[in-house]
Amino acid sequence: MTAALTGSVTTTAPAGPAIEARGLSKRFGAILALDGLDLRVPRGSVFGLLGPNGAGKTTTIRILTGLARPTAGSASVAGVEVALDEPRLHRRVGYLDQDPRFYSWMKGRELLELVGRLHGLAGSELRTRVGEMLIRTGLVAAADRRIGGYSGGMRQRLGIAQALLHGPDILFLDEPVSSLDPEGRRDLLELIAGLRGEATVVFSTHVLSDVERICDRVAILDRGRRVTEGPLEELLAAHARPIFRLVPASGQDEAVATLVERLRAATWSTDVAADRGLVRVTVSDADAAAAGLLPLVVAAGVVLESFERARPTLEDVFLELVGPAPTAELDGRGFVRPREVGPR
Amino acid sequence: MSGFGALLRKELLEQWRTTRLPVVATVFLLVGLSSPLLARFTPEILKAVGGDQFQIVLPTPTAADAYDQLAKNLGQFGALIAVLLAMGSVATEKERGTAALILTKPAGRAAFLAAKLVAIATTLGVATVIAAAGAWFYTLVLFEPLAVPGFAAATILQWLALVAFAAITFLGSTLTRSSLAAAGLGVASFIVLGILSIVPTIGRYLPTGLGEPARGLALGQPGVDVLGPTVASVVLIGVLAGIAWLAFRRQEL
Repeated sequence: MTAALTGSVTTTAPAGPAIEARGLSKRFGAILALDGLDLRVPRGSVFGLLGPNGAGKTTTIRILTGLARPTAGSASVAGVEVALDEPRLHRRVGYLDQDPRFYSWMKGRELLELVGRLHGLAGSELRTRVGEMLIRTGLVAAADRRIGGYSGGMRQRLGIAQALLHGPDILFLDEPVSSLDPEGRRDLLELIAGLRGEATVVFSTHVLSDVERICDRVAILDRGRRVTEGPLEELLAAHARPIFRLVPASGQDEAVATLVERLRAATWSTDVAADRGLVRVTVSDADAAAAGLLPLVVAAGVVLESFERARPTLEDVFLELVGPAPTAELDGRGFVRPREVGPR
Repeated sequence: MSGFGALLRKELLEQWRTTRLPVVATVFLLVGLSSPLLARFTPEILKAVGGDQFQIVLPTPTAADAYDQLAKNLGQFGALIAVLLAMGSVATEKERGTAALILTKPAGRAAFLAAKLVAIATTLGVATVIAAAGAWFYTLVLFEPLAVPGFAAATILQWLALVAFAAITFLGSTLTRSSLAAAGLGVASFIVLGILSIVPTIGRYLPTGLGEPARGLALGQPGVDVLGPTVASVVLIGVLAGIAWLAFRRQEL
């Protein structure tokens, strides 16, 4: 997946944000999957939609692509009011489902040709675009094989090819790298990053490192609500607290436990986590922590292999804003339960 | 109907690639060939089976008996196959997620449904013509030739009745996510229409009522009322397709 994106077949996009959602709510029976979601995605951005399982990411994308109807609120995508059965919307967007399904009897090339025809491509233009997408997604060798015989990764790449075929203004990718191998994952992330400024990409995931790698703006959802939204650097600056990472030498379990207790008692520490040989200290006052942390280490008699003040990451922001799911909110599979509400 | 041409092409390719068209055409050919044979040899078969124990007197078979046998077989096997063809057409795509794949492209939902219904009607059309051709040929060999224009017109009416059964099932397939539920609706409608067909004032305007004018046309009988039953069936198919569209355009995928 290395070739460059070539010309778009869509028309000039109208001015304004690429996506604007106004108070979107979605209820499935007693489950409130989206709760008054407001969203504004600038044109040309690579926008990360972040959240734990059950946060409402997929529901948001399904509404914005016209597959589902909001219970309340409205949204516009590329200047088109979102609705079911709205071909004007679908001319401007590309969409990849988190579990893309295709016709197993069809060949990969035939699927892309069908999608191209639906977008109004024909003749040599259609063949050229299909050929480009097959090269770009590394599916040339499999193009004339039936999709039923494709692996999960190949189906994902075919999904990306069909979503990009017409050069969409806005690309919705729902967990796009979930079934890719590391190489495919890297290639896809590079491809998405390469679309910056050319198309607007909305990219949902719960893999925070992927978002940090390619997104310039992020919205964090939790149980159907937008917790925060903005440029990645601003979120890091606003929400990520200073963090110190300590790696004690092995074989000092008792001393490390004492150190953790003392760190938790320190006025400048807000969170101390010790796991697999790493002590992670989140602090409210970086200067006070820098001055007070090492004396506590010495006092506990802990020998350190390394000590560093870490750059806050999106994971820190995420944990700060969303936090780990309380055990009571996890279902039997370890997923976060969506919020249940009574009838309104 | 944005995307209708591309979707029809896909549907027809699917009918061929999944062997639905070849299988249905083969079954219909067997129905077509066997109908005159059954009509011709039923007296001999009964005589052979019954031996000297039964004394059954049957009139000498005629070309009309051959046609009646064809109409009966198509009305039963054909209707069942129409139900089988239509039962999963929309429900399966909704359930598997392929409908969402297509309908996030500039394809209207009306085009999506119309392409499917036209493809099913095409498969039934090809198969019915093959059955009719086989039946006509064996009727020629075993009895006497039937007039081609009348026989062709009768074939169109038989096809229309099958499309009506497919359209009822198609509506069920659109309303639900279950192929079995759609098939249930198709089979139930077959039974209900069969019962209603004995009511003279209603029966002639039902798809099952197309049999009578079709017979008249095939056998060259005078004064056959084709228009009323034909228009009624066409309207029924249109109404069923319209209801399917009204329901489908509001469905989440």
